[in-house]
Amino acid sequence: MSVAAPALTPSTASPATPVLAALKDAALVALIAMILAGPIVGLQTYDSGGQLSLNMRFSEVAIGIVVVFFGRLGLALAERGLQPAAFGVGALLIVAGIALPWPTGLLQVLAIAAGVGLVLRGLVSVYGARRHKAALAAAVAESDDEKSERLRRLITRGLGFLLLAAAVLLPMMPFANSYIMDTAIRVLTYMMLAWGLNIVVGLAGLLDLGYVAFYAVGAYTYAILSKEHGFDFWEALPISGMLAASFGIMLGFPVLRLRGDYLAIVTLGFGEIIRIVLLNWASFSGGPNGIGSIPRLTFFGHPFVRNPPEGVTAFHQLFGLDFSPLHRSIFFFYLILVLALVVNVFTIRIRRLPVGRAWEALREDEIACRALGINPTNTKLTAFAIGAMFAGFAGSFFATTQSFVSPESFTFLESAMILAIVVLGGMGSQLGVAMAAILVIGLTEAFRSLAEYRMLVFGLGMVLIMVWRPRGLLSHRDPTIFINRRKGARA
Amino acid sequence: MEYLVQQLINGITLGAVYALIALGYTMVYGIIGMINFAHGEVYMLGAFLSMIGILLMGVIGITWVPLALLIVLVCAMAITALYGWSIERIAYRPLRGSFRLAPLISAIGVSIFLQNYVQLSQGARPKPIPPVIRGGFELMTSVDGFTVTLSYLQVFIVAMTIALMVGFTYLITRTSLGRAQRACEQDRTMASLIGVDVDRTISTTFVIGAALAAVAGMMVTLYYGVIDFYIGFLAGIKAFTAAVLGGIGSLPGAVLGGLLIGLIEALWSAYFSVEYKDVAAFTILVFVLIFRPTGLLGRPEIEKV
Repeated sequence: MSVAAPALTPSTASPATPVLAALKDAALVALIAMILAGPIVGLQTYDSGGQLSLNMRFSEVAIGIVVVFFGRLGLALAERGLQPAAFGVGALLIVAGIALPWPTGLLQVLAIAAGVGLVLRGLVSVYGARRHKAALAAAVAESDDEKSERLRRLITRGLGFLLLAAAVLLPMMPFANSYIMDTAIRVLTYMMLAWGLNIVVGLAGLLDLGYVAFYAVGAYTYAILSKEHGFDFWEALPISGMLAASFGIMLGFPVLRLRGDYLAIVTLGFGEIIRIVLLNWASFSGGPNGIGSIPRLTFFGHPFVRNPPEGVTAFHQLFGLDFSPLHRSIFFFYLILVLALVVNVFTIRIRRLPVGRAWEALREDEIACRALGINPTNTKLTAFAIGAMFAGFAGSFFATTQSFVSPESFTFLESAMILAIVVLGGMGSQLGVAMAAILVIGLTEAFRSLAEYRMLVFGLGMVLIMVWRPRGLLSHRDPTIFINRRKGARA
Repeated sequence: MEYLVQQLINGITLGAVYALIALGYTMVYGIIGMINFAHGEVYMLGAFLSMIGILLMGVIGITWVPLALLIVLVCAMAITALYGWSIERIAYRPLRGSFRLAPLISAIGVSIFLQNYVQLSQGARPKPIPPVIRGGFELMTSVDGFTVTLSYLQVFIVAMTIALMVGFTYLITRTSLGRAQRACEQDRTMASLIGVDVDRTISTTFVIGAALAAVAGMMVTLYYGVIDFYIGFLAGIKAFTAAVLGGIGSLPGAVLGGLLIGLIEALWSAYFSVEYKDVAAFTILVFVLIFRPTGLLGRPEIEKV
């Protein structure tokens, strides 16, 4: 503590008591962390010739606890108003994280992240206090509010169009190789799924934890229809969507009459059941081996192959181009872009229809809606079914791009990832969700080497976002319409 | 006949475990009206802690089984309870008064976090441990040589569960803590006005729930002898089903529901199919929700404006 102490002495008159309290706080948290992490992390069990043995890793745990101690100390100091000292601890953690020889990369990342978090938190609180004062001053001038609202809307719209233009131009860029295109397709698939889930979670306020089940229904429908019954993509697409929607209705009907929490756990169970059935019903779904060599999508009858069979014109022959495997990726990219945009435009438009307004109203207050004569079950059911339908579309697309489906692709983690995108983007905000999809998939691609920690960070991120910014990290969305917003705000 | 008896014994043992987990769900739901999704993960932590404890006992050299098990049980309960307390403190308490979905999403975050935390620190492979309690009673043998056995372990599990239930009922009905819990359940604001420390009562609820889940975790570790980081997920869903079946918020209901789910699962795997045994619980959940959403012993929910 001798390190932090000099930094804080000038800032407060009597620093001893708050510092002592902060130290006590930090020590307590470190003790709890030790009890929690000691046995689980410190005593690793491993298999040695059919028998379990213990592997002690106490030094790592001890270092981790020191990091926790300093991190909590910084936080506790900041909470007691000793902001400079908190900055000092944060800087110390960053420097230590970079300079010291850490036994594992994870601990180093932890130390640096804690330091950066402390500094950022300090900056936000200092800046936030200033802005709060400014906002209080501005509240007097009322016209500003409307102006800033209009400006915000303009920025949102501009950013949206910018993203769209970037997406349209991406395949024409010189750097667009097959890796970039595949990643972009992945991003857009998740964006479409997240937009679909956004209807359910963001607009209607129903927590669906088995969204990936509808995705699976769509994928397997396409796989089986195209492989065994000779349907092409465009014929199978509406059937997949419809089937997924009917599953949604079947599942939603018993559950949506009840409190929202039941829906969450029933959808969670449903997602798992679909996976178990797909794994075990081998004659139908191929079991764990899945279904392979699903017909790939063609360009309206013209396949993307170098040597097409007799009597069929391949895509490159049709346009007189040289064959390139990139053509297929680009076509898929534009296809998923269009599909995703359909979901987006649909959502934006339906928000202005009575049913869309009813969804948002139900999210805010179900009892009031019932009093107004809105049938809550049917309204929720439409949202649920429409969300499921879009997942079914996305599933068909997934099956045709991968040309292979197996239960592996439809685990709970996928549902959690889509939900994480929606939550991160700010439930209900279209642009926020789009940016969150880019961020989440982009980050997972960038940190491929740390892939095992991905879900750990996701879980933690979901908790932290709910605690700090429950309406989303990137953006937020208020109800589309207000009656007398100003009066309501002032009252 | 003998086969059926054996399945009933197995089912009741399994049901006792589910009942212990379901109590945690139902208590938390009763007091703050929230489904604690992370509860299955807490149970999984309890199982891992017991496994580590049992191995550690071997390393230290405490070989007298009852003493070793007692130490492991107390330690696992204490540490798991601390996990329960920390989860409530970090992930749920700041969200009281936030919008309705917030604690649910936060709980899912906790659940994902804990699963990956255990997977990363303990490895993804299933962990086998040698049986600690062996032997049992041979109850009867059928003509074709099928013997019904009641292992000491099964007796231990059921006896332990009954003992915990008795203690727990005493706690809820006779102690001041129990009174405070029941008061918070009825009206939190009013309870705080008459001097009940609501935050502390809710924390205690999480602590008790987690400790019961730790007992369930230890029993499963001993009973099946294999655990992995994923067991909390399905056990969580089944225990939740048990809580809903018995009527969520009702403590005897949770026990009844747990026993029923255990029996149904054992009979389903014995007579229908083992692959789909996890489907059974879920099917029941859906049917209960359709026909009797308040559960067997539950009261209808009154929405307050």
